[in-house]
Amino acid sequence: MDFKNNEAIYLQIAGYVSELILRGKWPPDFKIPSVRELAADLQVNPNTVMRTYELLQSQEVLYNKRGIGFFVAPAAAEQVLAQRRERFLTQELPDVFATMRLLGIGLPEVQRRYEEFNQTQPISAS
Amino acid sequence: MVRIRNLYFGYSKRVPLFQDLSLTLERGRIYGLLGKNGAGKSTLLKNIVGLAFPVAGSCEVLGQPAARRLPSVLADLFFLPEEVDVPTVTAARFVEHTAGFYPKFDHEALARYLSEFEVPAHAVLSALSFGQQKKFVIAFALAANTSLLVMDEPTNGLDIPSKVQFRKIVASALSDERCVIISTHQVRDLESLIDTVLVLHGQRIVLNADLGELGERLRFGSVPEADDTALYAERTALGAQVIRPNHGGVPERVDLELLFNALVSEAPALAHYLTQNQPAHESVL
Repeated sequence: MDFKNNEAIYLQIAGYVSELILRGKWPPDFKIPSVRELAADLQVNPNTVMRTYELLQSQEVLYNKRGIGFFVAPAAAEQVLAQRRERFLTQELPDVFATMRLLGIGLPEVQRRYEEFNQTQPISAS
Repeated sequence: MVRIRNLYFGYSKRVPLFQDLSLTLERGRIYGLLGKNGAGKSTLLKNIVGLAFPVAGSCEVLGQPAARRLPSVLADLFFLPEEVDVPTVTAARFVEHTAGFYPKFDHEALARYLSEFEVPAHAVLSALSFGQQKKFVIAFALAANTSLLVMDEPTNGLDIPSKVQFRKIVASALSDERCVIISTHQVRDLESLIDTVLVLHGQRIVLNADLGELGERLRFGSVPEADDTALYAERTALGAQVIRPNHGGVPERVDLELLFNALVSEAPALAHYLTQNQPAHESVL
């Protein structure tokens, strides 16, 4: 895994875990790697991974069985989707708006292209 | 774990390396010690492990003055110098003779680290290449399982795959009981491995801060032109690299190089911002 952008590493790892859950690779009640295992695998500080797991636990994406480890919550995928929507609307969309304003691109043009996109790009499983 | 108070030290009286230096290190953390060439990183580590003695002030490890070198303290600390010196014996013989000094020595872990590093256990140590010798000593240092592990530029001399292995092994070896200090001037090698950054500059520790907390307080980025919200700015051909306050925004990944440059150039705005509303974690500025 490459850490490139400006986002804190624990958030980038949270994104990567969420992706695995959305893609069904980590199904509900699946026991995920321990903090130590994932830290070694990603070559990052275990405290960073702990922070990721605590964040995802507070978002009800993961649950913790004391002394056993972290598991994927039954409704994890819905939680992840809700988080991703929130993130898109509050963080990514303002950046898109800023670019639109800079380039003088209006909503009608975006709307037209979005409809075109929906027609030409069928909805894929991922 | 380590408690340094008002430390004065210099190899010569006319050239003080540290003046009134204070530093506290806790268990469960991996500290990255950064400083310019000649700032005294190695000397500070030597004070911590009892190889250099304070001129004034105190340096305590595990509650005891480091300079007393009590056997009970030495059995629970390991120092990996920048240049390792191995005897003319096989790895197995070295372990047989030396591991006994470390009561918590983990032989299974050693075997695992050596196989990950691809260091042969039956080779004569002094006949190995420099990089292989260094990897052997790193594996031994981690397997010694001491509460305090001090490593001076451990990634120097390691090839690219070995640096990856080094990060994996150190990440897996940290526990709530251990405190690891790594000095480096190759920030990129270690930036995701450390959780706390120490900056040694101007004879003192000018920063001792959790990277997660710094990422919540600071933003790092490139802008076309630095304005007066910047705590620090570095001009580039395309604009400026800046450090700005992060007012409740998304926690950021700390750009350690930029932060380091800001601290050693003594940017007053950044120093002021970091000292006000200091979170619970100690930071000396």
